[in-house]
Amino acid sequence: MTLLNFTILAAKVVLVMSVLLSTVPVLVWVERRGSAFIQDRLGPNLVGPFGLFQPLADVIKFLFKEDPIPIEAHRFLFPLAPLCSLVPAAVTFAAIPFGDTIELWEKTIVLQIADINVGILYVVAFGSLGIYGILLAGWSSNNKYSILGALRSSAQMISYEVALGASLIGPLMVYGTFSLREIVHLQAGHWGILLQPLAFITFFISAFAECNRLPFDLPEGEAELVAGFHTEYGSIKFALFFMAEYLHMITISALTVTLFFGGWQLIPGLTPLAQWMGVATYPTSIGLSLLQVLSFVLKVGFFLWIFIWIRWTFPRFRYDQLMAFGWKILFPMALMNIFLTTIAIYLKWI
Amino acid sequence: MIWHTIIFWILAVLCVGCALCVVWQKNPVVSAVFLVGSFLALAGLYLNLQAPFLATIQILIYAGAIMVLFVFVMMLLDLHHPFDLYFRFTKPKLPKTIALGLFIWLLCALILAPAFPLAFPESGQSFTVAQIATLLFSKYAFPFELTSLLLLVAMVGGVVLAKKK
Repeated sequence: MTLLNFTILAAKVVLVMSVLLSTVPVLVWVERRGSAFIQDRLGPNLVGPFGLFQPLADVIKFLFKEDPIPIEAHRFLFPLAPLCSLVPAAVTFAAIPFGDTIELWEKTIVLQIADINVGILYVVAFGSLGIYGILLAGWSSNNKYSILGALRSSAQMISYEVALGASLIGPLMVYGTFSLREIVHLQAGHWGILLQPLAFITFFISAFAECNRLPFDLPEGEAELVAGFHTEYGSIKFALFFMAEYLHMITISALTVTLFFGGWQLIPGLTPLAQWMGVATYPTSIGLSLLQVLSFVLKVGFFLWIFIWIRWTFPRFRYDQLMAFGWKILFPMALMNIFLTTIAIYLKWI
Repeated sequence: MIWHTIIFWILAVLCVGCALCVVWQKNPVVSAVFLVGSFLALAGLYLNLQAPFLATIQILIYAGAIMVLFVFVMMLLDLHHPFDLYFRFTKPKLPKTIALGLFIWLLCALILAPAFPLAFPESGQSFTVAQIATLLFSKYAFPFELTSLLLLVAMVGGVVLAKKK
């Protein structure tokens, strides 16, 4: 690896991670204002224009508050748990292509941190590691609400991971590759959702459970468990859990877009715009690349909004309903999708 | 090549260090966390050997699924169990010594054995998923199916044992 390549890679990592991490406060703001909008309230509107500086104030508060460790908590695992939650959520994004290629200084730069040929597996593998943060937090806090939250969450995540994994097999058979980059290229004509609608539904519902978002946020069901697994956490440690949740949302939205909605392929309305701007004619011009990145960002933003929208619209499941739904409806649905896809491929419909 | 070696040594030390911590720790949950660390380092070693598929599967299956279930069960256990039961002086000495001797013998045999005479010459490069699948479902179809049968038997056995209560 030459020095230039290494620099480009480092620049990509730094850029993507900073964008990811700075999206989190914005997303928190959108969530709070969005929930207020949905519930006909005002939401935070005093700090800065439209309350935009509210997340900044929150960050300062998180950083400077006292950071207590309960006396009975485990000394080693209690501080480790927030990191175990954050790191997998942050590194998963590395495999997701957010644009095609860009030509800079006579060099073609691939707009993706790592083009791994087992991309989907990588995302699923690191996504499944996020559960340790919750488990360890619940156990090491030495608090009955925490451990109940952790137990619920691990059972939930294990169950829904099965459905999530099974729902990915259909798209894998259709695309015939694990590489997310190739999958996006294959969606040039039509988006994957047209071929795999059932897989999309299963995937998206299990994704909610994997992110611990309402209506599946039983690990932190306030009514029964105070705050669930992070009851004992305060200040920056709590902020890390919070960030992990939002990073999971971003990654899952990005994965949904990549698998089912054409990734960075231009949004239909954008193609005439690209032609009008005169950038569509050069396949690798910077203008077109930026439009592709813009399409990707818009699509991801749309799914993030759906995450928020659903959270403030649906009530929480009961725990037995959640398990029954995961095993008796979602998982058979995913298996059904595999079956139907196999038939369709055998009969050469796809 | 120098980077390759440096990364290898970092990962190898991490892997062995975590594995030793698994044995030394008295608290089973901490042991489990170190075991996960060891698995992750092992996955890194696979990656260093140009086997990304194996590395991700290692993380997905061992770190992401099996160890999660382990930790899950351990959290339900009563951890105030008397540790003396497993204390080093309460067990008879002879079986331990024999087991240790056999283990060291096995290790020496593995280290001294010629380096994998049955290995594929292509395995020097990276295997793609398609190549692995082709091998698994053609040349190694029988062992593959046998493994699945073994897992099925284990599962049925687990259900039978659980039902007995």
